[in-house]
Amino acid sequence: MTHRPYTPWLFLAPGLAICLLFVIFPFFNMIVLAFTDASALGGGQFTGVDNFVRMAGDPKFWAAARNSLLYMVGVVPPLVLLPLLIAMLAQKVVPGIGIFRTAFFTPVIASTVVVGLIWTWLLDSRGLVNSVVEALGGTRIGFLTDSTLLLISSMVVTVWRGLGYYMVIYLAALANVPKDLHEAAMVDGAGPVRRFWSVTVPSLRPTMVLVAALSAVNGFRVFSEIYLLSGGTGGPGGASTTLVMLIQSVGRGLTGEVGYASALSVVLFVILLGLLLITLKLNRREDQL
Amino acid sequence: MKRAHGSLALRYLGLLAILAISIGPFLWQFVTSIKGPNEDVFVPDFVPDDPTFGNYAAVADVVPVWSFALNSLGVASVNVVTNCLGAAMAGYALARLKFRGRRFAAVIFASSILVPFEAIMISLFLVMRGFGLTNTLTAVVLPGAIAALNVLLMRNAFLALPAEVEEAAIIDGANAWQRFTRLALPSVKGTLVVVALFSFMFSWDDFLWPLIVLSDQEKYTLTIGLAYLQGTFVQNQRLVAAGTIIAVVPLILLFLLLQKHFFRGVGEGAIKG
Repeated sequence: MTHRPYTPWLFLAPGLAICLLFVIFPFFNMIVLAFTDASALGGGQFTGVDNFVRMAGDPKFWAAARNSLLYMVGVVPPLVLLPLLIAMLAQKVVPGIGIFRTAFFTPVIASTVVVGLIWTWLLDSRGLVNSVVEALGGTRIGFLTDSTLLLISSMVVTVWRGLGYYMVIYLAALANVPKDLHEAAMVDGAGPVRRFWSVTVPSLRPTMVLVAALSAVNGFRVFSEIYLLSGGTGGPGGASTTLVMLIQSVGRGLTGEVGYASALSVVLFVILLGLLLITLKLNRREDQL
Repeated sequence: MKRAHGSLALRYLGLLAILAISIGPFLWQFVTSIKGPNEDVFVPDFVPDDPTFGNYAAVADVVPVWSFALNSLGVASVNVVTNCLGAAMAGYALARLKFRGRRFAAVIFASSILVPFEAIMISLFLVMRGFGLTNTLTAVVLPGAIAALNVLLMRNAFLALPAEVEEAAIIDGANAWQRFTRLALPSVKGTLVVVALFSFMFSWDDFLWPLIVLSDQEKYTLTIGLAYLQGTFVQNQRLVAAGTIIAVVPLILLFLLLQKHFFRGVGEGAIKG
């Protein structure tokens, strides 16, 4: 016997306690609450699927779900492609490359709030970007005051912050692309563009699927960028609110409708789990190729 | 040869363009933060007429930015310690001890990873209220105190260690705790650094949960303190800029000190997450 029977449980106790109390229990509690009319003050009666019926007829829910979906669809393509191009630029070891790589990673280090505030200032109606627009002869653009532009501006911030993060993932993958493939293609007379599509992209497909999946899940969960760029309002009339923002605003505070917020959370969870399962499936298919 | 020079020049041009895009916004924020009260901050001028650090003192007069920073630092430090210790202990048990129920424990951690925080945050708030912990920094720390992902990272690190050394220690009569602290833990320092770093960053960055669970300004962490500062003093961008620079400088210093671990962590996190 190498240890007493209860020893492993002493090792596990803190970790298990945290996960059970603050992840697993709230998760099941959320599912139960979704079928009640619980308020922030507690209590709540079982109301069957009332919350879900209400959701189906709630224009705010549909707008928020649409915004989250648009957000996901908007950020995935640039986050799959642009960091790959940057990684290819930063891959070759040339003098000073360490400084460049470090600098590209800086937006990842800065917290989301800092990044959000920096861009709120850049995209202000009188901010730096609009000064440039005016200098070029254009008129000021309401990046933060128009609900569509606000969504697009937030996507730009998400993409900007993701460049360095996904670049590092691509750098690791690029290091594993066999060199002789490139050399063979060069001997065959393939130019750089041709080599990119027929050598680099096929060898990086699993990584690209991974990046697409990570950025899709994170895109659908978006909260901070839109919250900060809109100053916490979700845009004019709340028109740019996302699903997570809606859950936060419905469920929070003394007037919080905990039951309805939980039903919204169930929908969020199902969608995110669906995305995750699709990813796993895609990954498995990639492995078999 | 000439062509090689041309392509190198193009590469540097591309690198410089990306550099400007990555660093430019920070630079502009910094420049804004050192512009004096008589200078128009809306004029796109990267060189301040009369640079001053007065805004850094002034921002502390309107909101307690240093106490926000202290709250953030406290929360992040506790997070680092609990994650390193708790995840290492649990990971060690999963990887190195044989017992009934090991599968069950592993399933709990694995399924915890699949639950997105955003889906349970309202329910989590009720749990904290049940414990009477709302509006405390303890409530900010607890949900992420031992992240399931870190437990699995540590488990993988311990699994990769050769079994022979520990078998010898068992014969010498070392108990599980001694084997953990004296043999296993020193061999996984690299992974521990990654866990520490990312726990710190995650905690320093966290916005949504403190926003939900904290209500008194004096308990604010830096992230929600800054959002509050922006909401209240939006007319003076110099102050908001100074606040953001205060929030970002410690992280940039940390990053410059521990660069290679960051990049390793991103790789590992991507494969595991």
